[in-house]
Amino acid sequence: MGLSFFHRNRWATPYLLLAPGLLWLAVFFLVPLGFLVYQSLQSGSIVTGFGYAFTWAWGNYWSAIKGYRGEFERSFEYAGLATLIALVVSYPVAYWIAFRGGRWKNLLLLFIVAPFFVTYLIRTLAWQTILADHGLVVRLLTDIHLIPVGGRVLATGTAVVAGITYNFLPFMALPLYVSLEQIDQSLVEAAEDLYASKWVAFLRVTFPLSLPGVVAGTLLTFIPAAGDFINATLLGSPTTHMIGNVINSKFNGTIDYPAAAAMSVILMAIIMAMVLGYARAVGTEKLTG
Amino acid sequence: MTSVAAHLPRRRPTVLGAAGALVRRHVLTVYSVLFFGYLMLPIAVVAAFSFNHPKGRFNFTWESFTWSNWTHWNAIPGIQSAVELSLEIAVIASVIATGLGTLMALALVRYGFRGRGTTNFIVFLPLSTPEIVLGASLLTLFLNFSFPLGFRTILIAHVMFCVSFAVVTVKARLVGFDRHLEEAAMDLGANEWATFTKVTLPLIAPAILAALLLCFAISVDDFVVTYFVAGNEVTFPIFVWGAARVATPPQINVIGIAFFVIAVTAMLGNVYLQNRRAKAA
Repeated sequence: MGLSFFHRNRWATPYLLLAPGLLWLAVFFLVPLGFLVYQSLQSGSIVTGFGYAFTWAWGNYWSAIKGYRGEFERSFEYAGLATLIALVVSYPVAYWIAFRGGRWKNLLLLFIVAPFFVTYLIRTLAWQTILADHGLVVRLLTDIHLIPVGGRVLATGTAVVAGITYNFLPFMALPLYVSLEQIDQSLVEAAEDLYASKWVAFLRVTFPLSLPGVVAGTLLTFIPAAGDFINATLLGSPTTHMIGNVINSKFNGTIDYPAAAAMSVILMAIIMAMVLGYARAVGTEKLTG
Repeated sequence: MTSVAAHLPRRRPTVLGAAGALVRRHVLTVYSVLFFGYLMLPIAVVAAFSFNHPKGRFNFTWESFTWSNWTHWNAIPGIQSAVELSLEIAVIASVIATGLGTLMALALVRYGFRGRGTTNFIVFLPLSTPEIVLGASLLTLFLNFSFPLGFRTILIAHVMFCVSFAVVTVKARLVGFDRHLEEAAMDLGANEWATFTKVTLPLIAPAILAALLLCFAISVDDFVVTYFVAGNEVTFPIFVWGAARVATPPQINVIGIAFFVIAVTAMLGNVYLQNRRAKAA
């Protein structure tokens, strides 16, 4: 019976298939974003006992920007740095797997995603151990005089950026690999046949063709990195706190919901602007795979 | 691990060029090996310290070797129930999310319809939203409706952020799907339902399984969103977070590594099967 319905109303089939999933995303993703904005324009305080009231309190936004400008800037600075480092560090490996991986490709990709199978927090705690004051890295860096005797790595911005870079590296390496893997090798060979050196062939042919992977990887790394607060908490100090730390402590600590909501909206807005800019440049179809 | 390009005749193969290529080739290989070492370093540290017998409350310096963390993995109060809760939520959330995601992927790949681009975008959006915003916005939703935080809200959140991953995974398989197989089944008198269950479903089963595993892994690992909507419930990552401030029992490492070994073994099995299938084909 249901089938004859599908038969008669073929146009409706895609909508019926989409309905449950879209409904879930609408109710638990889109609508909450609306509530986040709603909450961000409320005023009042739980401490006074009156709770919050919606008052178009745009002031929340100004005080968020004014009071936490450093944290905002640090978020984008750290995320940007980590993204850049991740790109530079993982591009050669993605290249190596794509062009030299042979039948080991799948295995090597498994190694790339392997860190994901150790809980995020545990991975970051491991970096705490590695970068600890009397740990291996500090001793090594002291020996080659990169840091002074008694210097630290842990609780610095360097440690936070290092942690973020490590934690989101697979998000960079995988899209890079995918776009490199799709490159038709005969194009590179053609360039070399036309007397391009290997290096020139790479710069003029391979790299431009891998740009979709570069952009995808950059977004996939930068977005979670900008909102992260785990690395700044476990590897940094209060002077390296990012906006995620503030949002988290205001939501889950001091219970200042409107301010925290305003900061979340600002963070989301900046990131959305970036994503939409990219969607416009390459089309949503490409973006969503 | 041989390069196709290297075996092809190239114009002007000078000795210098060949030597340069050789060096570069090895530089890249050496670099890649170092890269994988870097990638595995924290995992090795976690594994090693799961056998540590720390003197104080923190498991940061190596003291002495012991098996007891493994044999008494649940000796820390609350750790076992946290692991169980994480597993329970991951199983339910990955099944629901994969179900919803598979249907959506079918619609997106198989049908041209109004609003397809928008749907694609809505599916993509959660993937490009920082977790903290996902968690914060869900929390404001639940707060405004005075919806009690707990098991249900964690489950809702996990399904929400897993759906998009499931859609992307299944879509990738459907795009390369040979529709002639379905047409053949229909020509042979199978109705749409029979075609779907006997032909389509078995062919996309690997993708569905991959989506299930992916959702499971993401759900088990999630901390940020869960932390916002968990109320008083404690999942394993929340347990680790709470523990990290006052003490880091090596049992945390034990569970982390146990999960890692299970997941990697499953993936290795999958890679092995794929390689065998590729060889057979």
